Amino acid sequence: MSRYTSATDADRRAMLEEIGAGSIDELFADIPQSVRLDRPIDLPPGKPEQEVYAYLRDLAARNVSAEDEVSFVGAGMYDHYVPSLVDALLARSEFLTPYTPYQPEVSQGTLQVMFEYQTAISELTGLPVSNATLYEGPSAVASAGWMARLQNGRGRFLVSRALHPHSREALATTAAGYGTAVEELPLAAGVTDAGALREAVGDDVSAVFLQQPNFLGAVEDLELLAPIARNAGPPAPLLVVQVDPMTLGVLRPPGDFEVDVAVGEGQSLGNRLDYGGPSFGFFATQEAYMRRMPGRIAGETVDADGKRGFVLTLQTREQHIRREKATHNITTAQTLNALAGVVYLAWLGRRGIVELGELLLHRTAYARRTLAGLEGVELLHEQPVVREFAVRLAGLGGGGFSRVIERCAEQGVNPGYPLAADYEEHADGLLVAITEQRSRADIDRLAEVLGAAVAAEREAVHA
Amino acid sequence: MTQTIFEKSVDGRRAFVAPALDVPEEPDALPARFRRAEPPRLPEIAEPEIVRHYTQLSTKNFHVDAGFYPLGSCTMKHNPKLHERVAALPGYARLHPLQTPSRAQGALQLMWELQRALAEIAGLPHVSLQPSAGSQGELAGVLLTRAFHEAQGSRRHKVLTPDTAHGTNPATVTMAGYEVVKVGTADDGGVDLEDLRSKVDDDVASLMLTNPNTLGVFDRNIEEIATIMHDVGATLYYDGANLNAVMGRARPGDMGFDIVHYNLHKTFTQPHGGGGPGAGPIAVSDRIEPFLPRPQVVRVTSPGGRAGESGRSQASFELDFDRPQSIGRLRGFQGNFGVFVRSYAYILSLGADGLAEASDTAVLNANYLMARLRDLCGEHLPVAFDRTCMHEFVLTGGPMKRALGIKTLDLAKRLLDHDFHPPTVYFPLLVDEALLIEPTETETRETLDAFAEGVKAILDEAAEDPSIARNAPYGTPVRRLDEAGAAKRPVVRQAM
Repeated sequence: MSRYTSATDADRRAMLEEIGAGSIDELFADIPQSVRLDRPIDLPPGKPEQEVYAYLRDLAARNVSAEDEVSFVGAGMYDHYVPSLVDALLARSEFLTPYTPYQPEVSQGTLQVMFEYQTAISELTGLPVSNATLYEGPSAVASAGWMARLQNGRGRFLVSRALHPHSREALATTAAGYGTAVEELPLAAGVTDAGALREAVGDDVSAVFLQQPNFLGAVEDLELLAPIARNAGPPAPLLVVQVDPMTLGVLRPPGDFEVDVAVGEGQSLGNRLDYGGPSFGFFATQEAYMRRMPGRIAGETVDADGKRGFVLTLQTREQHIRREKATHNITTAQTLNALAGVVYLAWLGRRGIVELGELLLHRTAYARRTLAGLEGVELLHEQPVVREFAVRLAGLGGGGFSRVIERCAEQGVNPGYPLAADYEEHADGLLVAITEQRSRADIDRLAEVLGAAVAAEREAVHA
Repeated sequence: MTQTIFEKSVDGRRAFVAPALDVPEEPDALPARFRRAEPPRLPEIAEPEIVRHYTQLSTKNFHVDAGFYPLGSCTMKHNPKLHERVAALPGYARLHPLQTPSRAQGALQLMWELQRALAEIAGLPHVSLQPSAGSQGELAGVLLTRAFHEAQGSRRHKVLTPDTAHGTNPATVTMAGYEVVKVGTADDGGVDLEDLRSKVDDDVASLMLTNPNTLGVFDRNIEEIATIMHDVGATLYYDGANLNAVMGRARPGDMGFDIVHYNLHKTFTQPHGGGGPGAGPIAVSDRIEPFLPRPQVVRVTSPGGRAGESGRSQASFELDFDRPQSIGRLRGFQGNFGVFVRSYAYILSLGADGLAEASDTAVLNANYLMARLRDLCGEHLPVAFDRTCMHEFVLTGGPMKRALGIKTLDLAKRLLDHDFHPPTVYFPLLVDEALLIEPTETETRETLDAFAEGVKAILDEAAEDPSIARNAPYGTPVRRLDEAGAAKRPVVRQAM
C-alpha cells in the first residue's frame, strides 16, 4: 500500500544511483544488525480507504454520543452547538496543514488568528495578557503552578476541593516533580471555606487555586476569597482561578478581582467534545508575568516596508532558545482549536455572549427548581449557579444510584455526572449541566425520567 | 491595511441568534454582586464578514497541501483527507469524555487497538495515550523515571541530554525537578562515549536521546549507550520526534530504551494546525508500567459473556483508575482523542508494509536530496556530517556566508520567493549556520529536484548580487518583520 508515496521502482533505481547506493537496505547500514527488526511489524496489512472508513464508522457507531441521547453531562466539557462556519474555516488546508509559524512572512494568517485569539481571551477574562493556548484546562492549571514556582519558589499550593478533580490531579502530578506540596481547602455549603483559606494561607504558600463557577456548579465569592488568598507575604501568593469561559458573559471576570492568573478549558468555545480532546487551554495573566508565562505569544509589529504584521514574540522564554532555563517545555499547543475559539467568539459577539449566558442561567434555574421538586431529589447546595448544579438522589439502597442512571439511559436520557468517584462525601451526588441545546422540553423529559427512576428505586428499598 | 476582526466590528451587527427563552425568567437567578457590569468587547459582525475575514487570513499562510515543507524534525508529510472525515463522525465528535465506558466501547476499543499498534511499532509493551504533545510525553517520561527510582528508595538529581537535543528535552528536565547535564557529540555525529562515561554515576536518573538524532544520524553505539545507562540503574528515554526514519526497520525497545514518546502530529500525520493539536503518547517497558498515568484503557474478558448468552468469552474495554503507583494524570479526560482517530486511520491504511515503506521512502528521499544538494551546492552548503543519513540531514551555511555573503537566514527567506517552505534553520545548535532538512516520504522526486535546483539558483544569484537574498522575501504577504521591536515593546492584544 503506498497511496501516500510516489516513488516507483524506476524512481527508486534512479535515486539510489544518484545516492551511490545499491539498495535501500544499504541506507540503513548504520543500524547495528543486533537491533534490527528481523521480521515485519506485527500489524495487519494496509487497507483501502473505503475499508478504513467502514471500520472506523462501525466503531463510532458503538458509542452513545450526544447525538444519540439527551445528555446533561458536563463536568468540564459541554455539548454546545458548534456553528457550521467553524467547521468550514477549520477545514481549510491553509489553517489545517501548516506547522507552527516559524516563518512569519508566510504565516500571517495563523499569527493574526493568534493575536485576535489573545485579544478575545483578554476581553473575556479581564486580564491584560494572554498566550496563544496551552493543551487544555487541567494542564493549564498545572502550568500556572509551575509559573508560581518560578516566580516565588515556595513550597505549598493551596487548592480548593471544588477545583476540577482533573485539575487538582494534574497539578499534583507535575508538582511532585519539583517538590511543591499540594494541600486541599475544604468546602462549606458547596463553596470554598473562607475560614479554612484564612488559616492555611501563609508566607510559604506559592499559589492558591480556585474555580469559578466551581466543580459543583456554585458561584464562588471571589470578592471575599481573593483578598484572603493574597493575605501573606509580600509578595503575596499567586491567585490562580480556573474559569468557565461560557459563563463570562454574565459573571464578573477574574480581572475584576485582580487575580494573577486565569486559566481554563476552552472546549465550550466552538470545539467539539471529541471524547475529551483536542480542545485548548487558555492562560491569561497580569503584565508583570508576561515574560514568565508559558506558551507561544503573537505580537504586532511592522515589516521592512512599514506594513503591519504579526510575529511570535518574547521567544526568549521558550525552550528552543532558552533550553533548560525556559519558562516551560511546551512547543506544539492547540492553535487550530484556538481558531475555533476565536471564530466562535466572533460569531457570538459582544451581545451574543451575554444572551447565551442569560439563556443558560434561566434554563439552569428552571432545571434546578424542577428537579428539586421531585420526590427523592434534593439540592446538594443552595449557592447561585450559572450553567450546572448538583443534586442528591436520596433514600436509594446500595447500588441504587447506578441503577437510576441505568434506568435513565434506557430511556435515552443521560442525567448527569455522578460525583461518587471524585467526592466520597457526595456518593449520592449528581452534577447536571445545561447547554443551549437542552430545551425546556428536554429538561421536562429529564425530570420525568429521573423522577420515575428514583421513585422506582426508592420503592425497591421499601419493598 | 490589515485589519483585525475587532477593527471590523460595528455596533449592532451580529451572527448569533439565541434560541428563544422557553422557561420562566428568573430575575434573581444571579445576585447583582456576581454580575458582570460591561460585556466583553467581542466583535460585532455578521456571518459573511466573519467568513470573509478568516478566509482572507488563511490565504496568507503557506501550508503542506500547497507546497514542499522540509522542516527538519517536524515530519511535514501529507495529511490524508480521510482522517478529517472519520474524526468528524458524530459517534466520536459528539462523544462526551465522561460517558459511561459501557456506552463508549467503540472509542475505548479504538484507543486500545491504537495502544497495541504503537507498542508493536516501538517494541515496548505498554502504552499510555494521555500526553497532549511530545513535550508533555517527555514530562511524563521523566516523572515516570522519578517514580521508578523513588519506588526503589533512590533519589537522583541529574538527567543527561546530548548537545544535539531538541530544546524541549532540557526544558522538561528542569520542570521535572532535575539538573541538566549536557553530553557532547563525537566526530561521527553520535554521542561522545567518553564524555558520556565521565558524566554517568548513580546520581544520574536518565539519558534522553533522539535516535536517529537531530543531525539525521543513527547512533551506531546505541547498545553500548544503553548498557552504560542501565549499569548505573538509570533509564534510557527515546524522544520519538524522529521515529519516521525507522518504522519496520528497528524499534527503540529493542535498542534498550525504557521509555518512548511518539509525536502523532509528526510520524502519524495528524495535521499540525499551525501549531497544534498534536498528541504525545508514551510507551514503556515492564519495569516502568506500574507508574503510567491513569486512567489506562484496558481490555477485560469476562468468561461466558452476558448471562444467557453462549459460553463464548466476551471482551469489553474499560478505563482503569485503580493504579496505586501511577504518577497520576497530566491532563483532563483521556487525551486528544480526535488525534487518535486520525493516527489510527493512518496505521490501518498503511499497515505493516506501508509503515515500513514510509520509513524506507523517507530515508531514500532524504539521501537523494542530500546527494542532489551535495552535487549542486556542496561547495557552499556542505553536509555537516557527511555520511549516509536517515530521514533528515544537516547542511552548514558557513562557507556560503563567507564566500557569498549571505547567511542561512537569507537563504531561507529567499526560498519563500521560490514557493518553498525553508528547512529548520539554526538548529541543531552545534552546526554553524545550520539547515536541518527533512523531505518526508510523501514528496516526489520531481519536487526534491526542484528544491535542490531552487537552492542552487539562489546561490548563483547571490554570487552575482547578495543583496537580493539579504532583503528577501519579496513576493510574500509581508516582508521581513521587525521581531526585535516586537519583543522590546510587546503588543500582544488589540488596543480598544
